[in-house]
Amino acid sequence: MTFLFFFIFAGFALAGAAGVVMLRNPFYCVLSLVVHLISLALLFLLLEAQFVAVAQIVVYAGAVMVLYVFVVAYVGGGDKPDQLWSASPRQKALAIGFASLIFIELAIAILGTALSSLGTEGATLSATYGSPAEIGELLLTDYLLAFELASMLLLVAAIGAVALAGRRGGIAEDESNLSPRHGAVHTPSPAATGSMAEGVSGYGVTTPLPDPQFEGRELQQPARAAAEDDR
Amino acid sequence: MSVNWYLLVSAMIFTLGAAGVMVRRNPLVVLLCLELMLNAGNLALIGFSRMWGTGAGEIFAIVVMVIAACEVAIGLGIIVALYRRRLPVDVDELTELHG
Repeated sequence: MTFLFFFIFAGFALAGAAGVVMLRNPFYCVLSLVVHLISLALLFLLLEAQFVAVAQIVVYAGAVMVLYVFVVAYVGGGDKPDQLWSASPRQKALAIGFASLIFIELAIAILGTALSSLGTEGATLSATYGSPAEIGELLLTDYLLAFELASMLLLVAAIGAVALAGRRGGIAEDESNLSPRHGAVHTPSPAATGSMAEGVSGYGVTTPLPDPQFEGRELQQPARAAAEDDR
Repeated sequence: MSVNWYLLVSAMIFTLGAAGVMVRRNPLVVLLCLELMLNAGNLALIGFSRMWGTGAGEIFAIVVMVIAACEVAIGLGIIVALYRRRLPVDVDELTELHG
């Protein structure tokens, strides 16, 4: 039975990995990676590592992939579609050659190893193997330094991400005048569409709402001026 | 199931990820392929942990997951910054560090 499950999950994991490499649309790549991560978590379960399997699903397939989906939705696939095989044929051939070299090397390392226990199911396990209790105890005793360093690293990465992607720093001067979707052309939203600037300036309360038949340019001016005041 | 099988799957996933890093041009997908390689390493670590019957490999795998999360945060931050500055989101065209 384990045998069957192993091949099903490994097949899904490999298919997901192949999808990440081959699919053209980055959004489908992300979804394919989610499939890959979930089947990998199931493989972890087969290896009795329950806690890591759950962490994989919650942290990886959940949180990290949502971050990816947001960024893919924000950036899109770039202006032109990602041309997978428009990489020059020489580069493609080199990449495949190097990848197969890596695989051959790994296969030789696995098959030619002197570790005879690789061919077995592994050691007999204690009842608590892989449980949250065991992981927690290890993290707070034997591996306390690694645990603290990891938390420090997460803090530094969070600060770095804010510094890189935040609005206040690291952005070009003229960025505030350019909306990312409309390029260099400033295209304010039509008047009375319920924008934040209108709400702040009391648009529609102190000024009459525009006649829907006549969306005159002068009626758009208050909202635009208010938006500029906001900056 | 002997641990060998898991290591073989891990090697295949690592190879796919490495090929993806070398072939793809969209930095988002390159990051996804890096994730593949890290996960292949994780699978091998969990397999070794199962082989010895101790939890050290699992701790190692959890630390790798933390590092992968950091890498994603920084990498996606760089991609968003590229997009905001209207630089091409294409690893072949980003050659400013050439010198």
